[in-house]
Amino acid sequence: MSDVLERVKKIVVDNLDVDADKVVESASFIDDLGADSLDLVELVMAFEEEFNIEIPDDVQESIRSVGDAVTHIKAHI
Amino acid sequence: MFDLTGRTALVTGASGGIGRAIATALSEAGAKVALSGTRESVLEEVAATLKGESAIVTCNLSDAEAVDSLVGRAEAAVGPLDILIANAGITRDKLLIQMKDEDWNDVLQVNLGSYFRLTKTVVRGMMKRRYGRIIGITSVVGVTGNPGQTNYCASKAGMIGFTKSIAQEVASRGITANTIAPGFIESPMTDGLPETQKIALLGQIPSGRLGQGADIAAAAVYLASSEAAYVTGQTLHVNGGMAMI
Repeated sequence: MSDVLERVKKIVVDNLDVDADKVVESASFIDDLGADSLDLVELVMAFEEEFNIEIPDDVQESIRSVGDAVTHIKAHI
Repeated sequence: MFDLTGRTALVTGASGGIGRAIATALSEAGAKVALSGTRESVLEEVAATLKGESAIVTCNLSDAEAVDSLVGRAEAAVGPLDILIANAGITRDKLLIQMKDEDWNDVLQVNLGSYFRLTKTVVRGMMKRRYGRIIGITSVVGVTGNPGQTNYCASKAGMIGFTKSIAQEVASRGITANTIAPGFIESPMTDGLPETQKIALLGQIPSGRLGQGADIAAAAVYLASSEAAYVTGQTLHVNGGMAMI
């Protein structure tokens, strides 16, 4: 479980093409990492694939930061 | 012509004149084609004439659940889809004053509702693969209007607005979305017109002839090609010059 953050980080770095050191738990995808709404959809799709989970639409809307993603993924795997 | 070798396509309404012509042209260009429609025996006839690989996925587009599963069934048969041709459509022509709710709802659901559902399910995979071609077959009357077809014209105009919006949403992912607007295309319906009406019809068409399915199919092959990567959100009018818009 402890590697959830690392796996999330890797996906975010690959998808958003940002420096790994910017991808901290408090980082907002949109405000800090330059994502747009479609990037967010794609990130969630990538998380779903990586962790083999399904993140419902209403939960997707609440995932705004790297930390949010880690929390939700940990709760679902 | 444009090479679609290695590409896959889903064509709805593939048993009709235009759909059949598009499926044939895509197949000739090298694509694997999933043929959809309601009449399985006609789809089998079409499949038998295609030179490339094809599959049949029947679907009633007025059944939302069936539409939602269509992309998955097509992909199971021909592989992840690169090209969606939303061609199926119905008419329930009446003057507005005589039009029943069901005439309106049926046409909007089959022509526009299924386009929404199919695009929504197909675009996910296209986004992941960073490639896709969404092509809606609309109609010249979706732009010009036509008496007796408020429902049909609304559905076809709706397809255009829908396409322009999805084109903007996914352009950065290598996906284009365009519509083709056929004018009068030769079909069993136009064959049955009285001679005087045919002459009047031809008088409106500078090219002096009705369109053929192949005229529309050529436009579809172009928009489906990788060469058309920079063309998105457009409506390509294929109508012999009857409306220049």
